[in-house]
Amino acid sequence: MDWVNAVVQGTLLGGLYAMFAAGLSLIFGVMRLVNIAHGDLIVLSAYVALSGAMLLGVSPFVVLILAVPVMAAFGYLLQRLVLNRTMGDDILPPLLVTFGLSVIIQNALLAAYSADPQKLQAGAIETAAFAIGPITVGVMPVIVFATAVAVIAGLQWVFYHTALGRAFRATSDRQDIAQLMGLNRAHVFGLAMALSMAVTAVAGVFLGMRTSFDPAIGGSRLIFGFEAVIIGGLGNLWGTLAGGVILGVAQTLGAKLHPGFQVLSGHVVFLFILAVRPRGLFPRIDG
Amino acid sequence: MTRLSVSRQTRLSNIAMLALAVTLLLLAAAPWWAGRAELRLLGEIFLYMSLATLWNLLAGYAGLVSVGQQAFVGLGGYMLFAATLLWGVHPLVALPLAMVAGALVSAPVALLIFRLRGAYFAIGTWVVAEVFRLSFAQLSALGGGSGISLAPAIVKQLASGRSAREALLYWLALGLAVLVVGAVFAFLRSRRGVALTAIRDNELAARSLGIDVWRTKFTVYVVTAALTTLTGALIFLQKLRISPDAAFSANDWTAFVIFIVVIGGIGTIEGPIIGTLIYFVLRETMADLGAAYLIALGAVAIVIMLVAPQGVWGLIRGKSGTELFPLSRRVRGLTDKGN
Repeated sequence: MDWVNAVVQGTLLGGLYAMFAAGLSLIFGVMRLVNIAHGDLIVLSAYVALSGAMLLGVSPFVVLILAVPVMAAFGYLLQRLVLNRTMGDDILPPLLVTFGLSVIIQNALLAAYSADPQKLQAGAIETAAFAIGPITVGVMPVIVFATAVAVIAGLQWVFYHTALGRAFRATSDRQDIAQLMGLNRAHVFGLAMALSMAVTAVAGVFLGMRTSFDPAIGGSRLIFGFEAVIIGGLGNLWGTLAGGVILGVAQTLGAKLHPGFQVLSGHVVFLFILAVRPRGLFPRIDG
Repeated sequence: MTRLSVSRQTRLSNIAMLALAVTLLLLAAAPWWAGRAELRLLGEIFLYMSLATLWNLLAGYAGLVSVGQQAFVGLGGYMLFAATLLWGVHPLVALPLAMVAGALVSAPVALLIFRLRGAYFAIGTWVVAEVFRLSFAQLSALGGGSGISLAPAIVKQLASGRSAREALLYWLALGLAVLVVGAVFAFLRSRRGVALTAIRDNELAARSLGIDVWRTKFTVYVVTAALTTLTGALIFLQKLRISPDAAFSANDWTAFVIFIVVIGGIGTIEGPIIGTLIYFVLRETMADLGAAYLIALGAVAIVIMLVAPQGVWGLIRGKSGTELFPLSRRVRGLTDKGN
C-alpha cells in the first residue's frame, strides 16, 4: 500500500511540474524560444506573491489575482524590449540573454530577500487532508493538481478556439506568412510570453505554498519543467501533463527506495525515455 | 604583373606570435619573480582561460551550446581524488588518467544528448551534470554529500618543499593553457577545423559538400570533454578539497565561463583569452560587491549580446578581420600592401 501511496503523491506532485512545463512548452511552440530563466521566473513569482501577501495581509490565493497580471505584464515587456531583439535563426543570442537574465534574477532575489528559505502561508488548508480508502491525500496537493489540469485545459482552449490561439499557431507555422496576413509578429510574441508568465505566476504561487523556496532553486525547477516537456513530447500540452506526472511518480518512488534517490531517479527516467523514445511519448511537433 | 599568393600570416600576426612567445617565456619564469598570491592568481587565470577556450570551441565553432560543462570539471576532480586516494596512483599519473576517463564517459553522453536540438541540447547537458552531481553525492568512499580532502601524503608526492609544489602546480596550469589554446588553434587550422568552420557558417551547405556533420560535432564534443576533465582534475589538485556542490557548480564552471567568452568575443581564438583577462580585472576589483557584482556581470553579458554580439575582440578588430592567431587565409598581391 505504501507504493500505491507513493504513486498517488507522485501524480499530484506531477501537476506542479506540468505547470512549470506548460509555460516553457507554450513559448517554445509559438516562437522556438527556450527560456533558461524560466525556473528563476517561477521563483520570482513566488517572491512577488510573498511580498504581496505581506504588504496586503491577505492569503496567497488572493495574491494570485495580483501576481498573474503583474507577471504577465512583465513577460510582455521582457519580450518586446529585450527578447524580440534576439530572435532569429541563430539560437545563441536568446539562449545567452535568458541565461544572463537567470543570473540577474537569482542574485537580485538574493540581495533583496537573502538566502533564507521562505514559504507562503496559506493557513489551515496547508495541513488539511482527507482519506480515500487507506490512502490519505492532502487538500493542497489536490488543489494544485486540479489547477494544473484547469490551466492546461485553458491553454488548449486558447490555442484551438480563439483568435489569439489562431495567431499563435499561424506564427508558429510560418512567421513571415503570418506577418503578411496582418499579424504583428513582435506583438504576438509579446502576448505568448505574457501568457507563459501568467501560467508561471500560478506555478510560482503554488510552489511557494507547497514547499519552502529560496533564490537558488530556479535552475532545478527549469530542469523539472524541461523534463516534463520532453517526456510528454514537444508541442503537446496534455502530453506535458502526462510527462509531469511520470516525473513526479519517478521522484516519489525513487525517494521511497532511498531519500538521496528522489531527484536522481527523475533524471534517470528522463534520460531513459530520451534513449528509447527521443521524441517523447506523445510527440506532435519537431524540435 | 602582380603575383597572387595565399597565406595565413600577416605582419600583425607575426608580431603577435613573437610577443606571445616572449610573454610565455616571462610567464614560465614567474615562480622566480612573482609572489605566492600572484602565482596562485595567475594559475587560476590559466585554468579559466582553458575552460573558456574549450567552451568557445564547443559553442562558438561547433554550435553545441552546453550549459553543463561542470559535469566534466567535476568528473575530473573526482577522478583525481578517486585515483590518488582509493587506488594509490601518483597525482601526476592521475591527471592523464582523468582525461581518458572524461573521453570515455563523454562518448555515451553525446550519443544520448545529441538527440536534443539547439537550446534543448543545452538543458540536456545540464541534466547530465545534475545526474553526475547527485550520483557522486551517493559515493560514501569519496565523502558523499559533504566531500573529502586530499591526504597530505599524496600532496607531498608532487614535490618536497611547499614553494616547489606551488611552482609545479603553476607550471601545470600554464602548460595546460598552452596545450588547450595550442590544440584548438591546431585543430582549427587542420582539415577537420575547416570542416567545423564550414558547419558553423552554414550547416546545410557543409553537408552538401560531403562533410559528416554529426561525426565532426561528436569529435569536438569528446575532445572538449576530455580536456575539460583534465582541467577539472588540475583545478581540484590546487583546491585539495572536493565536494559535489563545488565540483559540479553551474555558476563557477559554466556561468562565469560563458560570460568570459561572450564578453571577450565568441567564435574567435582571441576572444576567450581577452575575456578571461577582463573577467579577472573585474573580479579582483568588484568581487566584494557580492550579488551586485554578479548582477552587473549578467547585465554586461546581455548588453554585449544585444549591442555587440562579437564581443570586445569584435569591437577592437572592427571590420578589418584582424587576427592575432593566423587562422584564415588571405590572398596577397591584389593590392600593393597585401595585408
